[in-house]
This record gives sequence, structure tokens and C-alpha cells, in this order.
Amino acid sequence: MGFYLAAAWSAITLNFFLPRLMPGDPSAAIVDKLQRVSGQQLAPSALESIQKVFGNPDANLGRQYLDYLVQLAHLDLGTSISNYPTPVSDLLWQGLPWTLLLVGTTTVVAFVLGTGIGAVAGWKAGGRFDTVISPLTTFVSAIPYFWMALVGLWLFGFLLGWFPLSGGYDADLPIGLSPSFLLSVLHYGVLPAATIVFSAFGGWLLGMRNMTVTTVREDYVLLAQAKGLSGRRVLLRYAARNAVLPNFTGFALALGHVVGGALLTEVVFNYPGVGYLLFTSLQQRDYPVMQGVFFLIMLTVLLANLLADSVYALVDPRIREGG
Amino acid sequence: MSTAFLSSWKVRIGLGILALFCLLAVFGPWLAQSLLGLDPRANDTSLIAQPPSGEHLLGTNQFGQDVLAQVIAGARGSMYVGVLGAVVGTAMAILIGVPAGYYGGRVDGALNFLTNLFLVLPALPLILIVTGYLQGTGLTTIALIIGFFGWSGGARTLRAQALSIANRDFVRAMRMLGERGRRLVFAEVLPHLTGLIASMFLHAMIGAVMAEAGLAFLGISDSSAISWGTMIQSAQQQSAVLRGLWWWFVPPGLCIALIGTAAALVNFGVDELANPKLRAARPVRVRKARRPARAGGRAR
Repeated sequence: MGFYLAAAWSAITLNFFLPRLMPGDPSAAIVDKLQRVSGQQLAPSALESIQKVFGNPDANLGRQYLDYLVQLAHLDLGTSISNYPTPVSDLLWQGLPWTLLLVGTTTVVAFVLGTGIGAVAGWKAGGRFDTVISPLTTFVSAIPYFWMALVGLWLFGFLLGWFPLSGGYDADLPIGLSPSFLLSVLHYGVLPAATIVFSAFGGWLLGMRNMTVTTVREDYVLLAQAKGLSGRRVLLRYAARNAVLPNFTGFALALGHVVGGALLTEVVFNYPGVGYLLFTSLQQRDYPVMQGVFFLIMLTVLLANLLADSVYALVDPRIREGG
Repeated sequence: MSTAFLSSWKVRIGLGILALFCLLAVFGPWLAQSLLGLDPRANDTSLIAQPPSGEHLLGTNQFGQDVLAQVIAGARGSMYVGVLGAVVGTAMAILIGVPAGYYGGRVDGALNFLTNLFLVLPALPLILIVTGYLQGTGLTTIALIIGFFGWSGGARTLRAQALSIANRDFVRAMRMLGERGRRLVFAEVLPHLTGLIASMFLHAMIGAVMAEAGLAFLGISDSSAISWGTMIQSAQQQSAVLRGLWWWFVPPGLCIALIGTAAALVNFGVDELANPKLRAARPVRVRKARRPARAGGRAR
């Protein structure tokens, strides 16, 4: 617990100092933007009010840091520059459901699929199924994700025309819980979801395969077989149950990457989630949004790590003894 | 022992492919220029977005540049980032992981906290934001940043290994003989970790190649440099997907996938040597182990 508090503090502090160590700051960016649009120097009063909203780079650093912490404690993430005057938290709330839905579902599906197939492959390691599926999976997991997504988009979106080429829903429909809108969400979501599952399940598969191969050789599995239990029962109740433990931690950690992990997916498919928000804020140098998204991503990752630690102690008693 | 790992066909194929790409990175541009007569940057405006043909084996892109020449030139950019990123990342993993495991105590406390911190920080968004603030980056900067944010996993592994070696008899004996700590760590403990470090390096290399491609895809790269990542990015920017110019973005991605597979093959082979349980996973032995079990089941 202490570590996570320290890590959260470090990340929050990093999030504060990074923009200040680097060239360019929010106020300068917006002043620059305004001067380019209007073509003339800003009045000093205008400059002052901008610095009031976006922070004065010349103010005392300790003072700024304190202000920043107080703001964060109130969950105030500042105001977006490119979508002025929308608060950053509003933008995050708009993107979050899309990301959670898309990546949350695919993370679970990829985990179940990969772990299941991996257990079967590891059970008869070196068998026909294993010799085909394992090298194939190795190749698939070596493919850069965004490239695979591009190829998928080209194949199923462009050539075959089965799925829309970008976006998260049919823009002609009103947003709401109507059946036609939900159906369009599903239609737009299938291809991005499929690419995520396809690229992610290989890791689970190989991990589970190797763990199963190792556990299958343990004495208690041999004993279970010697007792004459059916192969299926031995695999499910004895071997896989223990082999899945490391994958389980991985799963909890993967849940932490749900918010940040879909960055590339959302960029390829122009999906309206948090990752796409980070991407556009980066392009427009919208510093408050960048900081806000990073804050959210980091928070979920830390929470997931905490969860992973606690869950692991629950499912594996051996860990508990070590304290 | 040092050549034992070459007996695995996985290792041999993997190393072969990697060597090929290394040669391509070193000699590729010269090969393309003088042997094939191709210039990756030459725009032929009369030949825009041509599909593959005898003249242009992999076709041309939107700017009338030969895609094959670009793939060859891109090998240098991508491999450069891969190797430099892996050198930085591995060096940091060694410098932080090995002392942490060897010295223990307060040194370990501090270094291990640092490792865990970098382990939990989400790397891609962080790199994205750092490079975003930097504005305008070359391949070298990108490689350094990738290495700087990519050492934590390796450091953790090395820490665990160093911890176990530090407690072995020969290290204890040398310490009692009055050997100095730093020399012990780097001259006696480190050589025992070379196999592990080599496989970590490979892992880091493909990781850096992929990271560069990913960052380039997100628009963070030196647009004047040619790498597989910048190729895919410019294809994306010119909507190659929506116009069906597959020969533009498919080859560079395939090259990355091929390198990744090669590195995975080498690691597989090394893993099987290091972990006898994985190596024993051959059908003959599995059957032998299981038959008596089944027979026993039937008898009951």
C-alpha cells in the first residue's frame, strides 16, 4: 500500500514537472495561437486573464505545485485549450465509456480465449495441435498491433466492405439507448474489437501453454492421472488451476491498461475514446488534456496493480506466508 | 556450452533472419543505390501510387517513390533505433538491477522502488507525452527515450538473478578474501548473467523497433528519416488504406513481424535450453509418462 501511495505521488509530481521542464507551456501555447489567429500582439490584460486560467509560467514553482495539488484533490483537471471552455474532466467522461466498453470486453475475451487454448496446447505439448498453434501464435504476436489493425481495416473495411472505416457509431443517429443506435455501436465496434483480441490472445496463450507444460510434470498431476481421473478432469481441476495463477496477475494488470492500452486502436479506427482524446490533444498541444488523460491512465494502472497484488495473495496462499 | 544453443533449429533460424536484417541495415542503402539503381527518396511524378510491377517490384507510393528502396532504407532507421534503444535499456537494467540484487539493504530499497515505479508507469502514454513536449525529434532521441522508459522489466529479472548469485559460495569466498564490491559485481557476478542479458537485449531490440513504429504511427518521429515506422505513418496520412494502396503499408509491417518472430524463436530456443521442463515437452516422453497412469486407471 505504501508503495502505491508513493508511486501515485511520484506520477502526479512527474505530471506536474514534465510540462515545466520542457519547452512550451499552456499559456504560451494559447497566447501563440491567439496571436496567430488575430495577427497582432495581445493586450496585457488579456495575457493576464489567460495566465489566470492556464497558469503563469513565471509564478513561484512551489506555489504552482500547491495549487496543482489542491486542484487535483478537487478532481479539477483544468480547462481544455482546443475545446475552450470545456473542462478536461468533461472530455474524459465523454471518452471513457467508449474505451471501457471496447477495451474492457476485448481484454476479457482475449484472456479467456488465450488461456483456454493455451491450456489445451500445453497439455499435449509437442502434439499436433501444439506444433501448429504455438509457432503461429508466435508470429501473430510479433506483428505490430497498429499495422495489423491497418491491414484488417483494409481487408474487411475497404476490400470487403463489411465494416465502417472509422468512428464509433453512426453519426446520423441520435446518441441514446435506442436499438438502432446500439446496433450501430456494435457494428462499428466489431472490427476494432476483433483486432485487439487477435493481437492480445497470443500472449495469454503462450504464457498459459508454458505454465501448463511445467505443471503437467508436477507430482500431484501424475498422481491424479494415476488415480484414473479423466484427462479433462485432471487438466481442469489439477493442472490448469495452478498454471493459471501467473496469468491471473497478468489479467489484473491488463485491466489497468484498459484505459491507456487502446491508444493505437482508437487512432487507427478514429474511435471516440480516451486514447483518441490523448492523440488529438497531443497534436493540438492541448497540455491540460494531455495531463488529465495521463492522470486517469496512471490512476487506473496503479489501482489495477494494487488489485493484482491483493487478488494474488487471495488465490495463492504461498504468497501470503511471505508477508 | 557457449555454442550449445546453436544446436536448436529455432535459434539457428532466428539468428539467421536477424543477421540478414543486420546486413540489410548496414549494406542495404549501398545495395539499393548501386546494384538495383534505386533511390528511396527520388520522386518520379509520372509514377504515382503504382501497384507492384517488373519495374517497381513493390510498386510506388503516393510521392512516386519506390517502395522496395524505402523498405531497404527503412531497415537502417528501424534497426538503428532498435539497437540503440536496446543498448540503453539493457545498460540501465544492468546498472540498476544487478547492484540492487547484489548489495541488498538500503541500496536495494531505493533501486527497487525506482524499478517498481517505472514498471507501473504506463510507458507508451508517458513516452508520447514526453516526446510531445520535446517537439521535433530525431531517431536518436526517440531511441534514447525508448531505452530510458524500457528497462524496468529487465532490471527486475536481473535483480532476482543477482540476488541468488550473491549468496553462492564462490561469491562469499571471494568476499571473505577481501575482494572489492564493485569489482566482484562486474567481474564475477555479471559474467554469470550474460545468457540472460543477451536474451533480454534481443527482447529489448524488437521492443524498440516496435515502439519506434508505434510512435512514428502516432506522428512522433523525424519525418525526414526513413524507417518502417515512418513509412507506415506516411501511408496512413495519405489514406493508403482507404485507397487500397496495400503495397505501401504491408511490406514494412511484415519486416517488423519477421524480426519479431526471429527474436521470439531465439528466445524460445534459449528458454528450452535453460528450462529442461519445457525441453522435455516432446510427444514421446509425454506418452511414456502417461501410459502407466491410464493403465492404472483401467485396472481399478
